[in-house]
Amino acid sequence: MTVSMVKALNDGLRKALTDDPQVLLMGEDIGRLGGVFRVTDGLRKDFGELRVVDTPLGEAGIVGAAIGLAMRGYRPVCEIQFDGFVYPAVNQIITQLAKLRHRSAGRISLPVVIRIPYGGGIGSIEHHSESPETYFAHTAGLKVVTCATPNDAFHMIQQAVAEDDPVVFLEPKRHYWTKGEVAPATEVPLEQAVIRRAGTDVTLIAYGPTVPVALEAADIAAEEGRSVEVVDLRSLSPWDVTTVRASVHRTGRAVVAHEAAFSHGFGAEVAARLQDEEFHFLEAPVVRVTGYDTPYPPSRLESDWLPGVDRILNAIDRSLSY
Amino acid sequence: MANAVQDPLSEASLADPPIQLLDPSGKLSTDARLPLDLATVDLPALYRDMALVRRLDTEAIALQRQGELGLWPSLRGQEAAQVGAAYALYDRDMVFPTYREHGVAWCRGLDPVSLLGLFRGTTLGGWDPYAHHFNLYTLVIGAQTLHAVGYGMGLYRDGSTGSGDPDRDTAVLAFLGDGALSEGETNEAFIWAAAQNLPVVFFCQNNQWAISAPYSVQSRIPAAQRAAGYGFPGIRVDGNDVLACLAATRQALDQARSGGGPTLIEAVTYRVNAHTTADDATRYRAAEETEDWTARDPLERLRAHLETTGAVTDEYFTDLEQRERDLAERLRAGCRGLADPDASSPFEHTYAQMPADLRQQLREHLEFVSTGPQDGEQK
Ligand SMILES: Cc1ncc(C[n+]2csc(CCOP(=O)(O)OP(=O)(O)O)c2C)c(N)n1
Ligand SMILES: [Mg+2]
Repeated sequence: MTVSMVKALNDGLRKALTDDPQVLLMGEDIGRLGGVFRVTDGLRKDFGELRVVDTPLGEAGIVGAAIGLAMRGYRPVCEIQFDGFVYPAVNQIITQLAKLRHRSAGRISLPVVIRIPYGGGIGSIEHHSESPETYFAHTAGLKVVTCATPNDAFHMIQQAVAEDDPVVFLEPKRHYWTKGEVAPATEVPLEQAVIRRAGTDVTLIAYGPTVPVALEAADIAAEEGRSVEVVDLRSLSPWDVTTVRASVHRTGRAVVAHEAAFSHGFGAEVAARLQDEEFHFLEAPVVRVTGYDTPYPPSRLESDWLPGVDRILNAIDRSLSY
Repeated sequence: MANAVQDPLSEASLADPPIQLLDPSGKLSTDARLPLDLATVDLPALYRDMALVRRLDTEAIALQRQGELGLWPSLRGQEAAQVGAAYALYDRDMVFPTYREHGVAWCRGLDPVSLLGLFRGTTLGGWDPYAHHFNLYTLVIGAQTLHAVGYGMGLYRDGSTGSGDPDRDTAVLAFLGDGALSEGETNEAFIWAAAQNLPVVFFCQNNQWAISAPYSVQSRIPAAQRAAGYGFPGIRVDGNDVLACLAATRQALDQARSGGGPTLIEAVTYRVNAHTTADDATRYRAAEETEDWTARDPLERLRAHLETTGAVTDEYFTDLEQRERDLAERLRAGCRGLADPDASSPFEHTYAQMPADLRQQLREHLEFVSTGPQDGEQK
């Protein structure tokens, strides 16, 4: 079945609500409206207002209340309306959600999912295009995943709901309306990276919104005789070092692409691990192609600011120039 | 289960009807709680500004439809609340708006074209917040209420409140929506303002909706009643009555300037259009409700008053129509003339001094922007 990512998420959430009566959804405008992106469209009608909750306008409330619900045996799936509006909830996420298992010596499990539409490239106003993944990936106790295809959206959201740890589930909103085939089942565990395109010259590591861009760049590079292997990380915490290492082991070169800023970004983590563990097999330094170390710019500047196809191709050139 | 409670709000609202000085038919009345000396009010000017901001809004929506703006949050229906509140301000008073206060911006003397850049994507701000004592729009719900508090703390420390000097005492006017009442930060702002008796007036436009959430999702009592719990006065006015909004804000700002502390004003009004041009209000509210409120239009009642009292001549309306056309033309031309920002601007304005490392990124970025891809083959 070919559906958009929005529809795939909707189907995945519907299945999660159907399969487990303890699952419930909470967020601003997710019920009557079906969410500003319509990810929860129709779910309130079918599952009722106790399971699809239009919350008051407060993100700390959404996550804080989800913690209490989880302690009472529920599996809340929270929607944060946009990446830039998660920050009022960050206190609850970092000081409570991420740490209660540890604090309680394992007695408290918080199977809470926090869905966040994230990333840029949609011509939007401020706070609607951010990439906050590293704040969460840097916080022990949280799992952080991101889907790049409708198929992954459908399966990963259900896997995230089934997790016994809190999961920050990042949805690349730029690709919400991109359609793709959705298979009825998956064999791929939530935390495993996937090779989206096989190649031999260089490994291009991407996740979420940069995956389709990376694939496009790989297509163009192929026309120039360069064989690019594209790895979709899918999970940032934990992340699948094994798959990435194996690929770089073969190609000897790595480029990492993300929209979040350069310094202290996820690319730095990847580069550090590769130089540590694949040092003898690397033929070039790990190249990062990312957003810049500035706040997200006004939308008229975003296409040059984001790591687009051209900047990724430049990065591939740089890697291959060694 | 809270969801099963029968619309408790309407009962509470009945017990606390908003104060009205000008009814929907255009008749004036008085209210002992809200004295207003009409000799101090320029009714034709009030109407003119309301009509002009409505035109500004209509034009911006048209520009969005034509693809010139990415988005526009309409103020339609809230002209009286905004213009009334703005008319109570002194130039030196500081305003902290949300993203919908185009009417206040207009009254503060901002170039209306400067309101468009943020929604066109040419800027994240668009004006000098100090020049008109009107802060940049704040898009993060509730955040600005605390900025207003801090500004009020500064005024207090400067001796610019409660000094008794009418040329010196200053207040802060913070705008917020009904949805913003639920953010923790708003509640912190109320607590700080109360505990320190700060010269801050919180002006809540209760337009009944926070995107798709009706007011009952946020509260079971009228917003104005909340103030008592924090320890300062709350007043509930008809937000479609420009005189009640002006009188309430004037009274509250006077009190704040003189050292009397904060007030929460709830202006009961209605968001006539969808939340923004990206929203579809038919998904969550009935057309009849919107029609009901449109019958209480803020402009119509003042116009009716001006016409029946003969306060203005036909020339007034002809002149106003011309001004509206001029404004529309200015917005259309101005919008298309808004230049794209420089590729270097995000780098230049991130820190007071650009760190060396960022300067290197800027160099690489400018090279990329000017030369495009290195091998010149890609798009
Ligand atoms: C912290 C935060 N959360 C969510 C949003 C998304 N959002 C934008 S406007 C809005 C509703 C605001 O309602 P209200 O305060 O009543 O103001 P109105 O839009 O009605 O003027 C929401 C939820 C936001 N801007 N900031
Ligand atoms: Mg509102």
